[in-house]
Amino acid sequence: MSKVLLEIQGLRKQYGTVEVLKGVDCIMREGEVISIIGSSGSGKTTMLRCINMLEEFQGGHIRLEGEEIGYEHSGSSRKRKSEKDIARQRALTGMAFQQFNLFPHMTAAHNVMLGLVKVKKMSRDEARAVAEKWLDRVGLASRADHYPGQLSGGQQQRVAIARAIAMSPRLMLFDEVTSALDPELVGEVLQVIKGLAADGMSMLLVTHEMRFAYEVSSRVIFMNQGVICEEGDPKEMFVRPKTERLAEFLKTSSFN
Amino acid sequence: MGYTLNFAAVWRSFDQLLEGLALSLGLAFISILIGAVIGLLVAFALISKSGWVQRPAATYVTIIRNLPILVLVLFAYFALPQMGVRLGKIESFVAVLSIYSGAYLAEVFRAGLISIPKGLTEAGLAIGLTPMQIRVSIIVPLMLRNVLPSLSSTVISLFKDTSLAAAIAVPELTFEARKINVETFRVIETWIVASGLYVATCSVLAALMRVAERRLAVPR
Repeated sequence: MSKVLLEIQGLRKQYGTVEVLKGVDCIMREGEVISIIGSSGSGKTTMLRCINMLEEFQGGHIRLEGEEIGYEHSGSSRKRKSEKDIARQRALTGMAFQQFNLFPHMTAAHNVMLGLVKVKKMSRDEARAVAEKWLDRVGLASRADHYPGQLSGGQQQRVAIARAIAMSPRLMLFDEVTSALDPELVGEVLQVIKGLAADGMSMLLVTHEMRFAYEVSSRVIFMNQGVICEEGDPKEMFVRPKTERLAEFLKTSSFN
Repeated sequence: MGYTLNFAAVWRSFDQLLEGLALSLGLAFISILIGAVIGLLVAFALISKSGWVQRPAATYVTIIRNLPILVLVLFAYFALPQMGVRLGKIESFVAVLSIYSGAYLAEVFRAGLISIPKGLTEAGLAIGLTPMQIRVSIIVPLMLRNVLPSLSSTVISLFKDTSLAAAIAVPELTFEARKINVETFRVIETWIVASGLYVATCSVLAALMRVAERRLAVPR
């Protein structure tokens, strides 16, 4: 078995008095592709966002390659790590968002280059070469000098994935990356993700594309009301759900 | 009315008016530049979640925006020396106009900042940029593009405010015009020419801002 990449232990998160994550435990190994499914409000996106500290969390531990993410613990007290430390840790993961979030005043290539130059301290020429390589990988070599506003939704999302992956993260996080796309553009984005999976990239995907989760994932996690309700091999889980909740969810979802 | 317009006397002093205009532009340029730095810092303070940062900034903006600039100019030049702060005419006016434009630009910038989607900051954080790097590379460049249209009218209005420096005898355009008025008694001609210079300058400023707006526009 490959080595442990991500370890989540007793993860708790609340907004005010509302508890959204009620103790999530999860271990992910290198090269795994895990889809997180569940109805909206089940905490799946929140869990993803805790991993790169876009959300603060109140309890539990997240470790990436053994390194504690976000907080320092001494005895029973915990303290948020410095902004610099957190920035360094965030660079270990890559994230693609539902809304793409490309920087609109920069070309596709510059979007990809920004992190390479500012975080990885590459020269502009090196960064340009890396950006071109990844834009080519997502099928957009000819769009390198286009601005996000000049690209279709599917193309924008592919640039956003290239931007994340170019930083050579240890783990890729995908947060409902096809939800904002027109149906005919979903395929091209899923194709890119499948390619990354084939390369052995470790990935956590929050998704509503059940067919895709079924095909691409090595494991599926079903979340319900802030906890992991069921997990396992999609080939097994989707066909013979063990819990009532999952059976219910699969019935109402697009998978059938 | 038996008055015949005769511009000859004003033309003879035209160089003086141009020198005045140059000083007006200089005052506006320096003050707006300093004001922009103040305005940027204050705008970030205004959107800060910390009350200790937000409240002083909001107080500064409120006080300055509720004071006529002429009062500020006179206060700085006549009252401050009594309190031990002695500045030259020009320095005192530049200080006032900088602080004044800082408050107005802070409001303009604040509006530009809050219109930037939070997702862009998150995207920056996700690739490992620090909050400061995100401000420099993403937030401020986008904010400036957002506010260029309203910035244009603020800049023009601040340029026109330099005429108040005449009140403390700074030899800018209005002051020079008043001098020529007194020396030549060509009242109508003098003020027509001075007005023409203001209108022409403001039109050029507006045109320059429009060019900047077009060239910096985010392509779509």
